[in-house]
Amino acid sequence: MTKIEMTVNGRAASGDVEGRTLLSSFLRDELKLTGTHVGCDTSQCGACVVHVDGEAVKACTMLAVEAAGSEVTTVEGMANADGSLSVIQQAFQDHHGLQCGFCTPGMVMSAAALLKENPKPSEAEVRDYLEGNICRCTGYHNIVKAIMAASGQDVAPVAAE
Amino acid sequence: MPKDGGIGASSKRREDVRFLTGTGNYTDDINIHGQAHVFFLRSDIAHGTITSVDTGAAEGMPGVVKVFTGADFEAVGGMPCGWQVTDKHGQPMQEPKHPILAHGKVRHVGEPIAAVVADTLEQARDAAEAIVVDIDELPAVVDMKAAVASDDVKVHDDLTSNLCYDWGFVEENKDATDAAFEAAAHVTTLELVNNRLVANPMEPRVAVGDYARGTDESTLYTTSQNPHVIRLLMGAFVLGIPEHKLRVVAPDVGGGFGTKIFHYQEEAFCTFAAKACNRAVKWTSSRSEAFMSDAHGRDHVTKIELALDGDNNFTAVRTETYANMGAYLSTFAPSIPTWLHGTLMAGNYKTPLIYVNVKAVFTNTVPVDAYRGAGRPEATFQLERVIDKAARELGVDPVELRRQNFITEFPYATPVAVEYDTGDYHATMDKVLEISDRDGFAARRAESEAKGKLRGFGINCFIEACGIAPSNLVGQLGARAGLYESATVRVNATGGLVVMTGSHSHGQGHETSFAQVVADMIGIDENMVEIVHGDTSKTPMGMGTYGSRSIAVGGSAMVRATEKIIAKAKKIASHLLEASESDIELKDGAFSVAGTDKSVAWGDVTLAAYVPHNYPLEDIEPGLEETAFYDPSNFTYPAGAYTCEVEVDPATGEVTIERFASADDFGNVVNPMIVEGQVHGGIAQGIGQALLENCSYDENGQLLTASYMDYTMPRADNLPQMDHYVVDHSCQTPCTHNPLGVKGCGEAGAIGSPPTVINAIIDALQSGGHDVAHIDMPATPARVWAAMHG
Repeated sequence: MTKIEMTVNGRAASGDVEGRTLLSSFLRDELKLTGTHVGCDTSQCGACVVHVDGEAVKACTMLAVEAAGSEVTTVEGMANADGSLSVIQQAFQDHHGLQCGFCTPGMVMSAAALLKENPKPSEAEVRDYLEGNICRCTGYHNIVKAIMAASGQDVAPVAAE
Repeated sequence: MPKDGGIGASSKRREDVRFLTGTGNYTDDINIHGQAHVFFLRSDIAHGTITSVDTGAAEGMPGVVKVFTGADFEAVGGMPCGWQVTDKHGQPMQEPKHPILAHGKVRHVGEPIAAVVADTLEQARDAAEAIVVDIDELPAVVDMKAAVASDDVKVHDDLTSNLCYDWGFVEENKDATDAAFEAAAHVTTLELVNNRLVANPMEPRVAVGDYARGTDESTLYTTSQNPHVIRLLMGAFVLGIPEHKLRVVAPDVGGGFGTKIFHYQEEAFCTFAAKACNRAVKWTSSRSEAFMSDAHGRDHVTKIELALDGDNNFTAVRTETYANMGAYLSTFAPSIPTWLHGTLMAGNYKTPLIYVNVKAVFTNTVPVDAYRGAGRPEATFQLERVIDKAARELGVDPVELRRQNFITEFPYATPVAVEYDTGDYHATMDKVLEISDRDGFAARRAESEAKGKLRGFGINCFIEACGIAPSNLVGQLGARAGLYESATVRVNATGGLVVMTGSHSHGQGHETSFAQVVADMIGIDENMVEIVHGDTSKTPMGMGTYGSRSIAVGGSAMVRATEKIIAKAKKIASHLLEASESDIELKDGAFSVAGTDKSVAWGDVTLAAYVPHNYPLEDIEPGLEETAFYDPSNFTYPAGAYTCEVEVDPATGEVTIERFASADDFGNVVNPMIVEGQVHGGIAQGIGQALLENCSYDENGQLLTASYMDYTMPRADNLPQMDHYVVDHSCQTPCTHNPLGVKGCGEAGAIGSPPTVINAIIDALQSGGHDVAHIDMPATPARVWAAMHG
């Protein structure tokens, strides 16, 4: 077992891990941050995306020991300081960008990473960036819309009535 | 004007806040103090005789609590099947034993042979590697027609053959149907495959069994669409636990799409092992395990024939389908290719004679059961493909051929045992042609051709049957369960309501839309209504969520219970207002006396119910809580028309979806935003089936697609761009037999879209001079290219 320390969502965190412990397991099992989900075992689905030192990382594909000393942000750390939904989170709710919610943490984290590097992405760029995030419920349509809206671009309102 | 609350409003989903902040409560998030973990050792051989399972070394490994094999389950029942189909000779289907852990033989790759319970998952997995299993491998049978043609390889030695049943529907119509084909002016024939799919909800299945020795109570936390059904099946038929000693909880569930309806071995195992080990036992499926243990979907091989008279009227439809059951009967498997498939073969058309033959077949593959649409996509695909082929053979417009055969008068009794209550198929056709801009297609095709691409326009109509019912009828058809739904409405003293429903939400947003309905009925704010679901200890007996039944059946139960609440509240109000009950009106959350300015607020009435000082105690009980069970008198029949435009790259065979439009008739709509989201999701799954997804086995029964590296899930860039994608639900013919006039929307997209896409691809290929009459799904670049080049 190795003792590791890192900063998670702005707070110091530590724990004893095996060499084989994945960052996703450390977050879920040790730190009880169960917002990070695991939906596959081949690093395809993206439900486990977190930010490590500002970069989007699939937490199922990184060893916990590799993240020692890093700044880690999970979906639990994405809301505004007063607890209200951040711009991206609010856009997902406003545009019905989630259904069962299981892929949602990864989608939110990927969206945040995309908008950091590309603040006004085109629709094609959003779709291309989401290559590593699988959603089975929404057909992606409203996820793409939510991300475009969160970037400040005009999109059609929800549900033409 | 968009409504800002109640029925018809696009209320934002309240459940989103917890999902967006990582504070949902999915089954894998549940950890019980002292819990152990189980790892299942699964067969990597498709068919063989187990000669020994040596667990000795594993039992001595660090952290191991107990190792289980099939022998440990001899005293309990096997996995039950919930539907008995009767074959065309009047005989019951063949129903094999389905053990919790393999006993004697293994019959598919992924079948659990042994289970190791240990302190940690890693210890359980390590110990499983020390189990020595000897299996005498037998030849496997994977191909359905081969499985029926010969008994050389039998999946179940104690059955007479690999044929589960040979079903004819309607058997009495067979001779007349055959005669209609003899007399036909034109017959179109099509042989096709409806590809095997894996539902793939993003949350893998999880089961946590817990046991309280002091009270002898078992609890199962599970990723289920219908916790009460699991409680009944597992308690009564598998483990022998009475329902009052068994609680089943399905908390936040990350998608289902059918595959989380069924009762699985892992659920029974964890419940059993928790008692045997006297500590909680947890199992979390990996994605690879999910591919070889979640029930698969579709997998039909069909020949369909359509007979037409000299005026192009449909005179008869005749089909022969081989439906894969896999190695064992999953919970509702036998009903899918029969009562959810044969009954839909009329489609939207007034074909007078229909005969459907279905041969359900055992093979050495994972069990096959309901997947989004369940039987109805298979029916729609073959019918709409053969109609499209007929239009091409006859040289007529596929739209006009459909229109001239549309059912136009309702109610309409089909020759396949169902009666459509309402519909307007011309309206949805008109709408989809408008929103898809069919008139502009020729110009768009010319643009594509200028780029060296082939462009095709596909049209498709569909009908589905949702809210399967009524219970006494489906009982005659072989269902071993009722198909009602329940709701309890509990009004608190201060006026807030808690609605406990037997429906289960795993992405559908019931916590929002169900609250809209109840709030609308009383005229109060939606936030005064809380929806509780997914826990057998909190909700009345319910049948759960599948077959687009939640709002049509569960919603109706909720309406009935709320009506009882309102009736009692009016009695209380009439007492408080000293007026006749018949003069009391409820509007905007207040009771008033008709024609006067006397009124009393909702909260005053609810308070009186619980503080009954000024209260008609001699007439009614205190309190305000009512339960209703709703058993529908008929299915609901959502219908629609879809169009798709594809571009085919003739150099590579790659197909892209350029435009897509759907016009659905769901009857009345409670939350348009949620409804459109359901359609988007269904269409994505349908496009996935048409272009990308395929679950494939080799001839030895090895599963070739057991991860997302091999099984192609639709990604964001496989779907049409926003500007070229319209989903419409403005054509509404309300259901006539449920109180909300709703029909259900969960499966429509997955039913309507696959033939739309394939019809468009055929149109594109034929426009390029390629004589391609059909292409099987998924229409991968390799398949399309091969079809173009003969």
